[in-house]
Amino acid sequence: MNVSTSTPIIQMKNIEKHFGSVIALAGVSVDIQAGECHCLLGDNGAGKSTFIKTMSGVHKPTAGEIIFEGQPMNFANPRDAIAAGIATVHQHLGMIPLMSVSRNFFMGNEPIKKIGPIKTFDHDYANRVTMEEMTKMGINLRGPDQAVGTLSGGERQTVAIARAVHFGAKVLILDEPTSALGVRQTSNVLATIDKVRKQGIAVVFITHNVRHAMAVGDRFTVLNRGQTLGTARKGEITPEELQDMMAGGQELATLEGSLGGTV
Amino acid sequence: MSDVSNGDERIKATSKFRQSLMRPELGGIVGTVAVFVFFGLFAFDSGMFNAQGVMNWSVVSAQFMIIAVGACLLMIAGEFDLSVGSMIGFAGMMIAIFGATLGWPMWIAILITFVICIAFGALNGYIVVKTGLPSFIVTLATLFILRGFTIFIPQTLERKTIIGGIREAAEGDWLAWVFGAKIGGPFFQWLGDLGVIGTFTRGNRMGEPVVDGIPMLMIWALGLVIFGHWMLTRTRFGNWVFAAGGDADAARNSGVPVSAVKIKMFMFTAFCATVFAVCQVMEFGSAGADRGLLKEFEAIIAVVIGGALLTGGYGSVIGAALGALIFGVVQQGLFFAGVESSLFRVFLGVILLAAVILNTYIRRIITGER
Repeated sequence: MNVSTSTPIIQMKNIEKHFGSVIALAGVSVDIQAGECHCLLGDNGAGKSTFIKTMSGVHKPTAGEIIFEGQPMNFANPRDAIAAGIATVHQHLGMIPLMSVSRNFFMGNEPIKKIGPIKTFDHDYANRVTMEEMTKMGINLRGPDQAVGTLSGGERQTVAIARAVHFGAKVLILDEPTSALGVRQTSNVLATIDKVRKQGIAVVFITHNVRHAMAVGDRFTVLNRGQTLGTARKGEITPEELQDMMAGGQELATLEGSLGGTV
Repeated sequence: MSDVSNGDERIKATSKFRQSLMRPELGGIVGTVAVFVFFGLFAFDSGMFNAQGVMNWSVVSAQFMIIAVGACLLMIAGEFDLSVGSMIGFAGMMIAIFGATLGWPMWIAILITFVICIAFGALNGYIVVKTGLPSFIVTLATLFILRGFTIFIPQTLERKTIIGGIREAAEGDWLAWVFGAKIGGPFFQWLGDLGVIGTFTRGNRMGEPVVDGIPMLMIWALGLVIFGHWMLTRTRFGNWVFAAGGDADAARNSGVPVSAVKIKMFMFTAFCATVFAVCQVMEFGSAGADRGLLKEFEAIIAVVIGGALLTGGYGSVIGAALGALIFGVVQQGLFFAGVESSLFRVFLGVILLAAVILNTYIRRIITGER
């Protein structure tokens, strides 16, 4: 896939974000193409969360410009960003365990069936769509009324991703979706990311696990102490180099020697 | 991978029985059957199941149902209202003051009382969502504030805490009829004439049936249960109620107006309490400062027996209605069976504990917690 020639769907130009005297982002520039999986890597405190929150309308940048589909954007709140097509799937998901998959799937976007002047929740439609979408993502539900609480962590991530895609996300931000998952569940989520990317949706995948990033990423941007250490294309960089950049190079190299390459 | 029929081999097949366990109404259904079997066996000849007896426990159950519907929806939305009992006393007193003491037309008195009480409900909700304080504490404050006013106002105006003369003041009033009337009189007269139900054999009501109509209270109870159940399960707003109680942050992230939902549910609870109060003052013809005492707890108990989780996000209006039915049948049934009435409280405590334990167990099944 030749992603570099098309215009980026979203461009973040010299984004700065200050919280009082703390400079969380000191001029970060990233552009994201439709249909690519752009991995955002960085250690804790590197500014990954602040950066994606700026992209999704939670924070207003102190300086810098966000250009979405060629237009400068100024999101007042997350709802603006969602309406524009930027959806975020958080680490702590936003799924309600006691509610059924179908009720969760349509939460806040309930389909309406009108009987005269009375509007009711169209359960038939909701159930049918939920089952279809889940099947597409490779999740076997007992039924649309199965409670989300009975799903595994990876399946919940997949439901959240499927929901965002169904409601028209053009940019899907995944905030550490694999950090709390087991091996098998992680591979399910990575497979989901791959499917979403192939539908032409831009995926921003935040992680600090280099192997997860390498598995699905098209391009990799490393953040360190509020700055970008550059963007690399797949095949241009080795996992070891990424790892070094994330950790700030030197110290980890020494540490890695004593740990025998286990990090 | 997309073969649905294949299923996930790690998920144990769940039997129909276990699936039915997950319905919130289950406890209420089992309890209702158990209670009727019990009293059918031990109090059948006591008059509990003749027309008069049935009407007796039905009315009591209907009273519980009215406040249980409000408490149920509010609890599913993740909040409590402890001011329901005080609200009942307060609303009744307001009607008496406006309608009897000040002599306003009864329909105006009733409407203004509804407005005042629903405004208090909205205030409860507003304080809870704005401060983020537990509704338990906020409405506990309202409990005392409203009860205080309910005693203070009639004492200041009339130097007494019971105000009568409401029945006379409500004579011929259309809105008072909606809350205080009995319907189906001719039908019951016909049943009485046929001998299906008993008739008075002495006194100035000789020949009239012992049950002379269905009180509007029961129509309200039935109407509120149907409306509540429909709204909760069949509308978009119902989904928001579940979501607001299940996880307010997650709901907000998905665009659910959580604060508005909670405030509306507080207002609905106040509405239900006021319906209860209006029916009660129309029946008694008076308002007393001590009316509605402990009703908030009775409503919550009925809701919990009906399968709702105290933590919110899960429950059923039908379940709450069955909880109210159990409540009413047992309270009156023990009287019919000639059991010492103080034992009712023992029963209440035991069944509450059993219901909470069962609900916690069911929640674990649903969410797969261990």
